[in-house]
Amino acid sequence: MAKITLENLAHSYLDNPKNDDDWALKEMNHVWNDGEAYALLGSSGCGKSTLLNIISGLVEPSQGRILFDDFDVTQAATTQRNIAQVFQFPVVYDTMTVRNNLAFPLMNRGADIKYINERVRKIAEMIGMKEQLQRKARGLTADAKQKISLGRGMVREDVNAILFDEPLTVIDPHMKWELRTQLKSLHNEFGHTMIYVTHDQTEALTFADKVVVMYDGRVVQMGTPQELFERPAHTFVGYFIGSPGMNVLDADIQGGQANVAGTPVDLGAHYTPQGHKIQIGVRPEFVRLSTDGGIPATVQRVEDVGRHKIVRLDVAGTEVNAIVGEDQSIATDTNAVQFDVAGINIYADDWRVTPTQGAAP
Amino acid sequence: MSLILEGVSKIVGSNTHIHTTDLTLEKGTMNVLLGPTLSGKTSLMRLMAGLDKPTAGRVHWDGRDVTGMRVQDRKVAMVYQQFINYPSMTVYDNIASPLRLMGKSASQIKEEVHKAADLMQLTPLLQRKPLELSGGQQQRCALARALVKNAGLVLLDEPLANLDYKLREELREEIPKLFEASGAVFVYATTEPEEALLLGGNTATLWEGRITQFGPTPSVYRTPVDATTARVFSDPPMNFLNITKANNRLSFGDAQSAEAKGSLAQLADGTYMAGFRPNHLELHAHTADAMEFQTQLSVTEITGSETFVHLDHHGDRWVGLVHGVQMLTAGQALNVYLDPSHVYIFAQDGTLVSPAAYAKAA
Amino acid sequence: MNKTVNHKAWFLVLPVLILVAFSAVIPLMTVVNYSVQDTFGNNQFFWAGLEWFEELLNSDRMWGALGRQLAFSAIILAIQIPLGVFIALNMPKGGFWASFCLVVMSLPLLIPWNVVGTIWQIFGRVDIGLLGHTLDWMGVSYNYTQNPVAAWITVIVMDVWHWTSLVALLAYAGLQSIPQAYYQAAKIDQASRFSVFWYIELPKMSGVLMIAILLRFMDSFMIYTEPFVVTGGGPGSTTTFLSIDLVKMALGQFDLGQAAAYSLMYFLVILLISWVFYTVMTNLDKRDGV
Repeated sequence: MAKITLENLAHSYLDNPKNDDDWALKEMNHVWNDGEAYALLGSSGCGKSTLLNIISGLVEPSQGRILFDDFDVTQAATTQRNIAQVFQFPVVYDTMTVRNNLAFPLMNRGADIKYINERVRKIAEMIGMKEQLQRKARGLTADAKQKISLGRGMVREDVNAILFDEPLTVIDPHMKWELRTQLKSLHNEFGHTMIYVTHDQTEALTFADKVVVMYDGRVVQMGTPQELFERPAHTFVGYFIGSPGMNVLDADIQGGQANVAGTPVDLGAHYTPQGHKIQIGVRPEFVRLSTDGGIPATVQRVEDVGRHKIVRLDVAGTEVNAIVGEDQSIATDTNAVQFDVAGINIYADDWRVTPTQGAAP
Repeated sequence: MSLILEGVSKIVGSNTHIHTTDLTLEKGTMNVLLGPTLSGKTSLMRLMAGLDKPTAGRVHWDGRDVTGMRVQDRKVAMVYQQFINYPSMTVYDNIASPLRLMGKSASQIKEEVHKAADLMQLTPLLQRKPLELSGGQQQRCALARALVKNAGLVLLDEPLANLDYKLREELREEIPKLFEASGAVFVYATTEPEEALLLGGNTATLWEGRITQFGPTPSVYRTPVDATTARVFSDPPMNFLNITKANNRLSFGDAQSAEAKGSLAQLADGTYMAGFRPNHLELHAHTADAMEFQTQLSVTEITGSETFVHLDHHGDRWVGLVHGVQMLTAGQALNVYLDPSHVYIFAQDGTLVSPAAYAKAA
Repeated sequence: MNKTVNHKAWFLVLPVLILVAFSAVIPLMTVVNYSVQDTFGNNQFFWAGLEWFEELLNSDRMWGALGRQLAFSAIILAIQIPLGVFIALNMPKGGFWASFCLVVMSLPLLIPWNVVGTIWQIFGRVDIGLLGHTLDWMGVSYNYTQNPVAAWITVIVMDVWHWTSLVALLAYAGLQSIPQAYYQAAKIDQASRFSVFWYIELPKMSGVLMIAILLRFMDSFMIYTEPFVVTGGGPGSTTTFLSIDLVKMALGQFDLGQAAAYSLMYFLVILLISWVFYTVMTNLDKRDGV
């Protein structure tokens, strides 16, 4: 297990990157703590796979260093990095038994047979494949094969980090639940440093201690799920996390008050934003429907998604979503929305503005 | 126009892919086929389209028996999980291709392609080739092509499964709009309960080649006819608990019992399977009727605004979805509460005895 | 999956059925017809029953040819399959040199059989051939027209030169289809080079190798042109394989009845061995560990 340090790290797939767009990964400095679970979250092409490949040693960065604890591994080959990796599609050795699949990384390192048996037994129990240890991996379902891959990633206790590259893509929704929870328990139990790449916010948020949101080759925010939900540092984070994502509306800010579509809104804190584009961001969870007072809005449609309802409204030409509880009814004369002060964030040119004074941290 | 499956079944070799099915899909409806992989969604769609001939039964379209009629002779459009476009043609030509086959005039084609492209936000991309597009744009192109065909039956087989999460969310919002504009019979297969709910319309839940229930989506969700349907239409999965009612007391598990309150007071004596959704488990009692359960917490997962708690209730694995970020320690004892009005009662064979009281009210 | 039933579809298959009837079934029936009759020319035929088959089964001639044929195919497979796989493993994975290798490797496959034979016939000659002359100069006694061992070696080397590329190309295609993630996983698991080959590359190649073995077996079992051009089946009958023997019998001695019986048995043997190969291999492919 190790702490991972990314130092002035940047990467371009071109030989002579000229402008900003040529960099697949823009310069970054991060320290990832030993034993924590991190998720790299972003849409395809955001650079998360490039970053993972740099950590695994598949790609050598164009610039900067990567350190495991205090060792510079920038030039080190994958084999020397002492990591484990689980891939998008199950990688199992078809002709081996399930047992040998799990034992393989230990056998190759010449581990003691008693230790191997002990470890394999434990892992097999955790992934729920104790009954199938003696059968060949060939012919198992994708779910079962992916479980083996997870198990093989987990079998060594001394790895610096375990990397996951969208490991649940091929898994059925019902099974996703089980595997994800197992992974979480495995992390609680063994305390490995884990890095999990995904485009699925639910996977990222539920799995990770810290979520690293990437956008256009940049880390736009790294924080706990709660921080990402309550205080998105960038409008992209607001949009990408949560479904539906954060509502963003143009606003005029005057100290502790905003003017949204001609209506004053109390912000609960003072802001002095600077930039061309000043906006107010409010998650649908913090939007309240109102029949008397607030920002004028018209209900476009209501979607019943079971445990809550999504109300899609129109506010001065911009779509605003509100989330309403399952047992709450929506008044037919709903004509305005109000924002919960606790859920308001202010953005200048897409980046969050810290309040100069007031309640919001 | 309507599509009627009458006693349709499909048997291949010794495998029954679709058990005898009766289903009527009305014109202008959105119909979701919801079920896990291999539950028969695709098989059923192939029978609807005419790509496969049913082993038994008849398929009627618009009052005509079309069993065994070739798919080419029916007016059917289909969109698959894989993005299927003609790679050598531009987006414009891809969308225009079904119109050309119909022999429409150039000006008509132009008009309809532009209309569809506008709706699918493809107008700036009309001169590109499909491989130069992102996954979401490619699937939009396939959808636009299905749309201009003006088919009476549009079959969408997990069209969003291969897309990024956020793109999926956007297209999922667009698809019902599309469908409203077309007035055709839409059939949409998915493995995700949430997607079915977002699409609305009607839902047929499938399990091992059988339609377990068909009806308006929210009502299938709130009053499932049996435990299988409830399980299929629940993500995270519904929690279950065996209970026995006698002398106005409910006993469950190892000598635990509670007074039968609220809607459960009216239940006849007997042994049942109680089911309840994860989001109805609470960490605090909100009503006087609430039942208390002593469980052990195995894992928590925080989504930012809510917390999933994975619980062990005397060997039964439960999932709860509770509001707020809850800092709890794995392994700790946790008391959870359940309002009886959120409990479904199933007979031991799985059929619904009484739906949750809140659902009856809704 | 059975598709929409449409009886018109059968008409589309009809031309193929007619073609197959003319090209395979009718000639085969002619051969069957010949094999149970005797003729002395003049289109006069006499019923011979199974006499020809009986005679052949009791003759050393056919058994000798069959033995040589089996030995030849076995040696060919034993050399070409491992060699082809070895070459494929060592070919560049991409870029200019990969294309270059592919082109160079395809060259022998493009040369007609009789030309290959002629090339080696001349190449191995002691008087004017580069190979024969060099060996002779080095003091190695090499004369494929007189020495049976030399003749066998020549025929085998020639076939290896001609066909190993095919195996290599097939194996290469199989290797290319292995996702990069497997190699990455193997590195992480610290698998040895042999383990990578044994647990990843070989299992993933098994499908194409099966096809390669089947193709090479059938082809080598029917070999005719090259040894005919080089050795003419000699010295003596040491390189007389089944098809050479058959042609000698049919066209050299004009024993049409016996040759017909011979070719039928030849056909059955190929069918049988191919079937055995196919069944064994598909079972290997399907076997699931229990």
